[in-house]
Amino acid sequence: MPKTDIVAKTGNEAIAEAMRQINPDVVAAYPITPATEIVQIFASYVADGLVDTEFVPVESEHSAMSACIGASAAGGRTMTGTSSQGLALMAEMLYIASGLRLPIVLADVNRSLSSPINIHCDHSDTMMVRDSGWIQIFSENAQEAYDNMIQAVKIAETAGLPTIVTTDGFIISHGMERVEIFEDKDVKDFVGKKKLGNYLLNPEKPITLGALDLQDYYFEHRRQLAEAMVESKAVILDAAKSFKEKFGRSYGLFESYKLDDADRAIVVMGSTAGTAKVVADDLRAKGIKAGVLKLRVFRPFPKKEMAEALKNIKAVAVMDRSDTISGNEGPLALEIKAALFDSNIKKDIPDHIYGLGGREIRVEDIGSVYKDLGEMIEGKGKPKVTYLGVRE
Amino acid sequence: MANVKELSKQKELFTGGHRACAGCGAVIVARQVLAVAGPDTVVVSATGCLEVVSTIFPYTAWNVSFLHSAFENAAATISGVEALYKSWVRQGKYKKKMNFIAFGGDGGTYDIGLQSLSGAMERGHNILYVCYNNEAYMNTGVQRSGATPKGADTTTAPVGKVKKGKEQYRKNLTEIMVAHGIPYVAQSVVGNWRDLTSKVEKALSIEGPKFINVFQPCRLGWSYKPELTCDLGRMAVDACIWPLYEVVNGSYKINYKPKEKKAVGDWLGLQGRFRHLAKPENKHIIDEIQAGVDKSWEDLLKKESAIFPPETVDKRGGGIPPQVS
Repeated sequence: MPKTDIVAKTGNEAIAEAMRQINPDVVAAYPITPATEIVQIFASYVADGLVDTEFVPVESEHSAMSACIGASAAGGRTMTGTSSQGLALMAEMLYIASGLRLPIVLADVNRSLSSPINIHCDHSDTMMVRDSGWIQIFSENAQEAYDNMIQAVKIAETAGLPTIVTTDGFIISHGMERVEIFEDKDVKDFVGKKKLGNYLLNPEKPITLGALDLQDYYFEHRRQLAEAMVESKAVILDAAKSFKEKFGRSYGLFESYKLDDADRAIVVMGSTAGTAKVVADDLRAKGIKAGVLKLRVFRPFPKKEMAEALKNIKAVAVMDRSDTISGNEGPLALEIKAALFDSNIKKDIPDHIYGLGGREIRVEDIGSVYKDLGEMIEGKGKPKVTYLGVRE
Repeated sequence: MANVKELSKQKELFTGGHRACAGCGAVIVARQVLAVAGPDTVVVSATGCLEVVSTIFPYTAWNVSFLHSAFENAAATISGVEALYKSWVRQGKYKKKMNFIAFGGDGGTYDIGLQSLSGAMERGHNILYVCYNNEAYMNTGVQRSGATPKGADTTTAPVGKVKKGKEQYRKNLTEIMVAHGIPYVAQSVVGNWRDLTSKVEKALSIEGPKFINVFQPCRLGWSYKPELTCDLGRMAVDACIWPLYEVVNGSYKINYKPKEKKAVGDWLGLQGRFRHLAKPENKHIIDEIQAGVDKSWEDLLKKESAIFPPETVDKRGGGIPPQVS
């Protein structure tokens, strides 16, 4: 195994460190809490000449993504970071980046959306752009954020799709943790050099990008984008395999934590997975067969794989850190139910919408979810959409 | 500077076969700008007529690298392309000299794209932004913009029983660009190829952000005979409706001063968008338009005659020289 340096870093620091090691050609970014630090730290790397990157301190997130699109289309390895309203302001350009098949990597620090304005964590921002054609990878902690950023470069460039790596605002972004940092050389070896296909800075072969696509071509191009997302699943698994070979840590589309013999399980994304694992361990100590499915890759949605992993579990609850405000359920619950239905699995699944605007999620809260699942197994409880931890 | 004969022998970098209207001024701008810029150029276009008529997939009129991403962000997008260029040059990966040119209509430049334009200019990218200014949102069907002149009939400031077209004067984007302290700002016109090409040539020879506002008659939105495009451009200059001038490092130079300043009425009279002004009860609007043009022209003459102490002019393009009266 390659040498690692064990350090204390926040999620933002770990991401900035990964970006320094990746050494992208262009970073264009705009400050927004709680992601500001990522670009702030990165700007200091630029100021100290530690990277070759041209840093473009734009006047808005819309321009950040626009500049990333220009740089990526021109042939460069391009990254940015943002959060919440910033991601929302970028939304128009996120669709354009994926439509142009530009492998931009974006670190999104999950934060609630206004209004009311709130700077703390939930997944509303990432969920808002869930159909934008970007690969979405969630991180449980700072270590995963670091590892995911390194893998994201390979994934995006191989799949020809832009990729978002998320961390939970403040919980991960500002929480100081033990992080293993690899040597620069090993990270550079892993990400390799960007392969150039057609690119704007090649006047020998001029190309037109972003052409007007009417009834006779638009559909085919959108179809190709959809297919690229399907195929990216294998790309993500390949990158995980190479990562394990080089650095030793395992990643997949999701993590099955004590699911094999579980009779009850919680599906969750991001930092709450860590808390859920603690609760599952406590319950296991009491002889209760609890498990956790931590979804890492929300896009592409691992439909069949998740259905397979959940099919034998008697009671499953979903924890959604955002709401669709649709009179229906949270986004994760909706997609999991559709996945199970398509695999002919009939299961009553309660959806727990939790933690909006950074509302604390405690072990007791997660304990209550497992307790409800226990009652469902006994035929007492009924599945429902619950707003967990709110004052009704 | 190449003469017109030499220019006409060059390989066309913006080809025919595009879908522009007969008499379109926007494509004249693109063709003349590229004739000077040459093949080592990356073009970014805002959404709008120019992009729509020139890139209907799988066809393209562009023989240079071309990128369109959205409406309001041509300046931000070209700044990303230029940023990569700088990065690659610094890394020793790239040696060729390249031009970075963004095109936007007045809607994409004066209005929705103003923030992105301002940001890119302030950051000092080595780019040339060319606004093909036809004074309204022509691509979506002639809606009023911040560049639409007072009195013009548009579909969102129409002439009705009570209202007589746009009530406001247009904003002066050229001066907003001057206020950014960039090294080169100019106004040019469709109908004076020598003026436009020499300004593009000068702009591209200067390091830093450059802006050229090209007045571009639009036969569809202005409603005139297609063969009059260049005439209408020149007439606007002769009436001082659109003065040809440059601001180099803060110093003004008016490139053409008509011996006899024409009245605006002749120019207005050739265009359907001002048809309603011919009615006697609307004569006061023509007077107001004339007064607005006169004031702007006088202001410009004063700016040109102002003396700027050389030490106050920042050659890198930052900072505005103080006004000396």
